[in-house]
Amino acid sequence: MDNPTTASKTKTPSSNPARKMAIDHADESPPVPSADKARLAIEARAFSFWYGSTQALDSIDLKVPERRVTALIGPSGCGKSTFLRSINRMNDLIPKIRHEGDILLENDSVYRTDRDVVQLRKSVGMVFQKSNPFPKSIYQNVAYGPRVNGLVKGRREMDALVESSLRQAALWDEVKDRLDSSALGLSGGQQQRLCIARALAVSPEVILMDEPASALDPIATQKIEELIYELKNDYTILIVTHNMQQAARVSDYTAFFFMGRLIEVGRTEELFTNPVEEQTEAYITGRFG
Amino acid sequence: MASSTPSTENQVTGGGISTRRKLVNQVMLTLTGVASVLVLIPLLLIFYYLLAAGAGSINIDFFTQLPAPVGEPGGGMANAIVGTLSLVLLAGAIGIPIAVGAGVFLAEAGRSPLGNFVRFIADVMNGIPSIVTGIFVWAWIVVWMGRFSLLAGSIALAVMLIPMVTRTTEEMVRLVPRELREGGVALGFTRWRTTLGIVLPAAKSGILTGILVALARIAGETAPLLFTAFGNPFWEWRLNEPISALPLLIYQYAISPYDEWHRLAWAASLVLIGMVLAISLMARFIIKNPYRDR
Repeated sequence: MDNPTTASKTKTPSSNPARKMAIDHADESPPVPSADKARLAIEARAFSFWYGSTQALDSIDLKVPERRVTALIGPSGCGKSTFLRSINRMNDLIPKIRHEGDILLENDSVYRTDRDVVQLRKSVGMVFQKSNPFPKSIYQNVAYGPRVNGLVKGRREMDALVESSLRQAALWDEVKDRLDSSALGLSGGQQQRLCIARALAVSPEVILMDEPASALDPIATQKIEELIYELKNDYTILIVTHNMQQAARVSDYTAFFFMGRLIEVGRTEELFTNPVEEQTEAYITGRFG
Repeated sequence: MASSTPSTENQVTGGGISTRRKLVNQVMLTLTGVASVLVLIPLLLIFYYLLAAGAGSINIDFFTQLPAPVGEPGGGMANAIVGTLSLVLLAGAIGIPIAVGAGVFLAEAGRSPLGNFVRFIADVMNGIPSIVTGIFVWAWIVVWMGRFSLLAGSIALAVMLIPMVTRTTEEMVRLVPRELREGGVALGFTRWRTTLGIVLPAAKSGILTGILVALARIAGETAPLLFTAFGNPFWEWRLNEPISALPLLIYQYAISPYDEWHRLAWAASLVLIGMVLAISLMARFIIKNPYRDR
């Protein structure tokens, strides 16, 4: 399959000290190579997480650069989804959870006690594995977030926002004539792009995607991937995926999680062609997971 | 070992098992079929009897006239029909907001000790005999007000409705996929906004169906009305006056010694069943169109 991301990338130096930072000392070796001038969007500092007495994440140190796509890969239960959901504190909905360490969003602690979680989730959009459009019209699905959050005034402004969000999600042309019909009548791929449009409408800085294409057919998957490639011009994207080809196609950086630990992180093409850690190599070559 | 034998052998031994399985399957299917026919028989018999005995007494007077005094032919049950409708509507107005609110609480926060307690109480209330509910409302409302009334009757019916609707609302709200809730929360909605704006609309048709089933159920209740609404041979609109209701009139007429009243009781039963059936059909219609309006 054609790889849309390689064209945009500059070759990085082959010896990259950032690669082992997850296991060693995060602060000394940032995963962002010096060639990449991107600012940091998200930074996890020794972040650990427990469901009850089960530890799901063990001291994760990860730096996520702004306006890049970072893929989180690893076998089921390795903690990548938990980490993703720790960033916008979706895990808060689950009882008996506990964490240590911290996650910074734009250098601001996500977990500080006076943090406004509602505000946090507005600036961190999320797209789920199973498309979850609200049982409302296509228009209302996009408009509901901005309306509740009081982002726009008046019908005309809302119309414009709905259109631009749907355009950004590459869905406008397919639905512009039936904005008032139910979102549940859309196909799976269209529903997923509608959910992306819905997330974009509240103008987030970061978009978290939890296996956004795992329930879609190859054509719909390709559309989502092309969309991700477009969106990284304006947004920082973190994507959890089980599909290694997908990670290779869409992401600039890849982080490999295994049993709650971040094993390795680096530029995607390097991590896939020349992994440092043996576990990473075993996983990406399909020897387990 | 069966698992390691070649496939041909498996087929041979498997053939015998499969014949027996097919036979058992047939027998069980027949038994459940017979059971479902047995369920239908009482309903069909009731309809047959009501039509045979009551249809002849239904005419325009039945729906427009007050009951005639003993010995006079004719007359109708217009006041009882309107009375039943008022009792059911007022009971719904009192009970539905409480029940839906409690049901949402149980579904969203029901794992707390308070939630378990409320759920237990609702189940106990569901099992309370309706005559006891009637006596309870008599002791608290009728005695306190000093009179039988539409209000007391409606409260008695609402007490019956609340646990039913609470539990169905809880079940329906629980059925809403977690992903839908997360979708709202991830957009920065507060918990109550997510519940009110996303979860409740998604559960709407199920909740409405539960409400209609409960309304149909209380529309036919007699016992809770005996000492509360009491009955009234005349038109009555006021909240604090006794009011007539179809089940009360059926009871009163059926135990009377007059043939004319017996016929009217059959007719009233037919009309009551018709009303309940109409509500149930509405419920069916809503079920079939879960996302009818967006």
